[in-house]
Amino acid sequence: MRMLETEVLVIGGGVTGVGVAWDAALRGFDVILVERRDLAHGTSGRFHGLLHSGGRYVVKDPVSARECIHENRILRRTHAHCIEDTGGFFVVTPEDEDSDYPDRFVQACAETGVPCEEMAVAQALRREPRLNPRISRVFRVPDASVDGFQLTHATAQAARQAGARIFTYHQVTDLLVAGGEGDVRVVGARVFDAVRAEEMEIRAAMVINAAGAWAGRIAGMVGSRVDIVPGKGVMIATAHRLVNTVINRCKWPSDGDILVPAHTVSIIGTTDVPVADPEDLRIEEWEIRKMLAEGEKLIPGFAHTRILRAWAGVRPLYRESAVTDDRDISRKFTLLDHQERDGVAGFITITGGKLTTFRMMAEKTVDRAAAHLGSRKPCITAETPVPGAEHGPYWLGHRLREVEDGRLQNQLICECELVTRGMLENAARLNPTVTLDDLRRDVRLGMGPCQGGFCTYRAVGVIHELKLGHGVTPDTEGSDWRVADLQSPAGNPGRGRPPVSAPEPASSLADHLYDPNLLLRDFLQERWKGVVPIVWGQQLKQEQLDRLIYLSIMNADHLPDAGLKSPLSDFYGVDVTPNDVLEEPHD
Amino acid sequence: MFNADTWLPPEASLDQCIKCNICVSYCPVAEATDFFPGPKYAGPQAQRFRMAGQPAPDLSVDYCSGCRVCNEVCPNDVNIMEMNARARAALVAEKGIPLRNRLLGRNELMGKVGSHAPRLANFALHNPVSRVAADAIFGIAKEAPLPRWSTTGTFVDWWEKHYPHRLISDKKVVYFHGCATMYYEPFIGKAAVAVLEHMGYEVIVPPQNCCGLPMLSNGEFKAAGKLYDNNLRKLGPLAAEGYDIVGTSTSCTLTLKEEAPHLLDRHDETTQALTHAVWDIFEWIREHEDELPRDFIQMEMVIPYHPPCQYRAHRVGRPSMDVLALIPGVEVHESHARCCGIAGTYGYKKEKYDIAMKVGQELFSFILEEEEHHHTEFNACDSETCRWQIEHGTGQESRHPIEILAAAYGLYDLETRTTL
Repeated sequence: MRMLETEVLVIGGGVTGVGVAWDAALRGFDVILVERRDLAHGTSGRFHGLLHSGGRYVVKDPVSARECIHENRILRRTHAHCIEDTGGFFVVTPEDEDSDYPDRFVQACAETGVPCEEMAVAQALRREPRLNPRISRVFRVPDASVDGFQLTHATAQAARQAGARIFTYHQVTDLLVAGGEGDVRVVGARVFDAVRAEEMEIRAAMVINAAGAWAGRIAGMVGSRVDIVPGKGVMIATAHRLVNTVINRCKWPSDGDILVPAHTVSIIGTTDVPVADPEDLRIEEWEIRKMLAEGEKLIPGFAHTRILRAWAGVRPLYRESAVTDDRDISRKFTLLDHQERDGVAGFITITGGKLTTFRMMAEKTVDRAAAHLGSRKPCITAETPVPGAEHGPYWLGHRLREVEDGRLQNQLICECELVTRGMLENAARLNPTVTLDDLRRDVRLGMGPCQGGFCTYRAVGVIHELKLGHGVTPDTEGSDWRVADLQSPAGNPGRGRPPVSAPEPASSLADHLYDPNLLLRDFLQERWKGVVPIVWGQQLKQEQLDRLIYLSIMNADHLPDAGLKSPLSDFYGVDVTPNDVLEEPHD
Repeated sequence: MFNADTWLPPEASLDQCIKCNICVSYCPVAEATDFFPGPKYAGPQAQRFRMAGQPAPDLSVDYCSGCRVCNEVCPNDVNIMEMNARARAALVAEKGIPLRNRLLGRNELMGKVGSHAPRLANFALHNPVSRVAADAIFGIAKEAPLPRWSTTGTFVDWWEKHYPHRLISDKKVVYFHGCATMYYEPFIGKAAVAVLEHMGYEVIVPPQNCCGLPMLSNGEFKAAGKLYDNNLRKLGPLAAEGYDIVGTSTSCTLTLKEEAPHLLDRHDETTQALTHAVWDIFEWIREHEDELPRDFIQMEMVIPYHPPCQYRAHRVGRPSMDVLALIPGVEVHESHARCCGIAGTYGYKKEKYDIAMKVGQELFSFILEEEEHHHTEFNACDSETCRWQIEHGTGQESRHPIEILAAAYGLYDLETRTTL
C-alpha cells in the first residue's frame, strides 16, 4: 500500500477545501488534499454563479451580509479573472409591492455596509431591456458573477504552486485513529485511488474535513456527530443571456428569486429542499415549474424561453439544533474543532457558509489548525492574487475575440462555447481526465445550446488521438502553465507555437478509462441527464437531432464494451427508483 | 401583426438554432472564402458572446454578404442575416465606417451628383485610370460592375414630361422607383408605368428617397433610419389612405416592407401601415392577374431567370415567373443558383470582389449553358445590382422582367430599352 505523510490533510476538493489547502501551503505547511471525484464536482460546481454582495442577507442574516461584502471586495482582486463585474439589481416586482421589505432592505444595507443605491426604473430598463417593465423600484448593489469551476481550479493551482499536493479521484474510506478512550486522535486517512484502483494511507498531523455536504459522513468515521442538512437547490439555465446584470427580487429570500448572467447563459435559482442524501440530486417537476413561474416575474416571457438544462446542488447546511425551514439555518459558516467539541484531537470540520466566503472560511480554519500545530505565520491569501488574476476581469466576448484574432475557427471542437482543440488537449494533459465531464468543468465543453450534440464525438476523437500520441498542440511540461489559460483559445496555440506546460502530465491513467466508447457513453449520459427535466419546446427539437446523431447514425447505445464502467458511470445512471416525495414541500 | 408584448429582437431567434449546419452547407460565401466562418458561427453562435456596452468581439461577421440564403434554408426561422447586419452595425458604431463604405451607402447622393453631368460623370468614373485610382484609394474593386448614369435624364425628368399625358383613372397605384431607376435605368420605370397604365391604373409617383438598404448593409443604421423616416413621411399618408405602393427594385421593396423596420426596431402604426402597403411589382401584378390584359404578342424566346436573394426573401414564391409564363411563346428557366455574389454593395469592395465573383459562378455557368443550348439573348433578374453583376460575369445582357412584360404588350423595345 502506498503511504504518504504530510502536516495537513484536507478532505474535499470543493472551493472550501482548495481554499484551506492554499492558505495552509502559503503559511508553510506541507499539505495534501484529497477529493473523491474531480475538483468542484460537488456543490462548488452546482450553484448559480452569484458572487454575493451581501444584499441577499442584509435583513435576514446581517453577519453573513458583512462577511459577503468583505470577501466580495477581496476576491475581485485575488481572483479577478474568475469574476465578471455584472453588478446586481434588487427589484421590487408587482408581487412584492405591499411590503415594507424594500425600506428595511435599504436600512439594513446601510447598517451592514453593503453599498446600495436606488436608481430610476427607466434607467434600469435601459440597461436591462428584458426586465419586467412593471417593477416599481430598483436598487443597485455590487453583486457579480463568478465561475465556480475556475475559482476552484485557480485556487488549487495557487495551492500547488505553494507546494500543496492535490489528488483527485481519491476517496477517503476511513480515518486513521490513534489513542483510545478519552484520548482519541485522528492521524490520517485511508484513501482509495479510484483511477488506479488501489488503496493508500496518508498520515497527517492535522486532518481538515472540508467535505461540504458530505462532512457528516467523514466526521462519522470517528464517531463525531456533525449534523449536515443537505439542502438541495435546483437551477435552470437559459440558452443565452437574458440579462447582463444579476437580478434579485427585493423580498425575503425564497425560491427562484435570483437570476445570474453566467458566461453565455442566465441561471435562475433556486429551490431549497432538505434531502437525506447529498447524492440525491433528483429534479422534481414542481421545481422546474417554480423556477419558470418565478423567472416570469422578473423577465416577461421567461417561461417560454429556451431552457438548456437543469441541475441540482446541495448546500452543506449545518444544524446545531432542530430548525424547521432550511433557509432559517444561518448561512454563516461553522468551524468545529473536534478536540474541544468531542475530544477528538487532530481533526477540524469546516462547513456551512457560501462560495463567496470560502477564503474567509479557509483563513479561520487554518488559523485554528495553526494554533494546534504551533505556527504563527499570518494568513496572506487576501493579498495574494492567484495565477490568472493578472488577466483582469472576465468579459463575455473574450473567447470569440481570441478565436477571431487567432483565426482559430477551424479548430473549434465545441462550437457553442468556442472550445478549441488546443484548449481540450491541454486540459486533458493538465488534469487527470476520467470523463469528458472533467474537461467540461475545465473548458466548458458541451455546455452550450446543443448540450454536447456536436462536440461529444469530436472530443472523444481528440482524446483518443491524444492517447495515441497524435495530439496537435504542443505538449504541456514545466511549471509555468496557467489554469487560466484553459479558458482561453489564445492561451492554447496550435502546432508551431512556443510550448505551454503543465506540472503533472496525466499519463498514468488506467487504460480503459480512455476507452473512446466509454468516454462517449458517460458524457452523453451526463449531458442527457440534465436535459431530461426540461425537454420540451426548442430544446426538444435539439434533443431530437442529438438523438438522431448518436442513437441512429452512430448507434451509440449498442457500442462494444458496454460493460466498461468509469468511476462515474453509476453516478450518471438515471435513477429509476420511484420517488415518494413528489409533492411540493412548500405551499 | 406586430404585438409589443410578445415582440423580441431578431437576436432572440438564436434560441431556435439547433446547430444543424444546413445554413453552413448552403452559405455561398462560406464556401467561397475562409474569411467568413459561416452563418451559424457568425449568427446564433457569436451572438451569445456579444453584449451591449462591450467591445464587439468579432470582425469576421463583416464578411457576411447579407444574401439571406441562410434565412431561406433555416428550418427553424433563425434571423441569421438580421443578426449579422445588427452585429455589423455595432461594429460600425464602435470602430467607425470606412469612407469607401460611406460612399457605397450613399448611392442616392452619387446618383444625384452624377446626373447633373452624366456624360462627364460616366467618363470620370468609368475610365481605367480612375477605376485604378478608386481601387487604390477607396478600395472599390476596379473590375466591379459600376452602373452608368442615364444620359437621357433621370426617371423623374421623364415623369414630369409624361405627367400631363398620364392615364387618369379611378384605379390608382403608387410607384416607388428607387435610386437605380431614378439615375441609372429610367427605362425600367418607363416600362413599369407603361405596364401599369396598360392595366388601367393611374400611376402616382410621390416624392421619395433612397430606401436606406445600402446603408443598412454597411452598418450605418442611424443614417439609414433617417432615410426610412423621410420615406415614412412621404409614403406613409398614401399607405394610410389605402394605396398600394409597388416597386421595381426588389431590394427597395423588401427594405420598405420588412428589412428596415426589422433591423431598426420600428413598429409604430405608420410603419405598420407602410409595410402592409408595399409590394414588389410582380407580386402585385400576380395578385391583380384578373386585371392583366391578355393582348400579348407571340414572343418565342427562352429566358434564363434568376430570382435574386432579396426577392426570395419576400417569401412570395416566384411571381415574375408566374406572370411571364402567361406570355405566349415565352419559356422561363429558373436558375436555382444561390446568389449572384454582388449582394448590393458587397461585390464592389476590393477585398470582397473575388469572393463575389466566386459566389456568382454557379449562376454565371447556368446563364452561359442556357445561352449555348437555347441561344438566349437576354437573361432576366428583378434586382439592378444583380443584373449588373450577371452582365459582368457572363457578358450577356440582363433585363428586368417588367421590361419583358412591357415588350410582350408591344410597349417596349427590349433591344434598345426604350418605350414605344
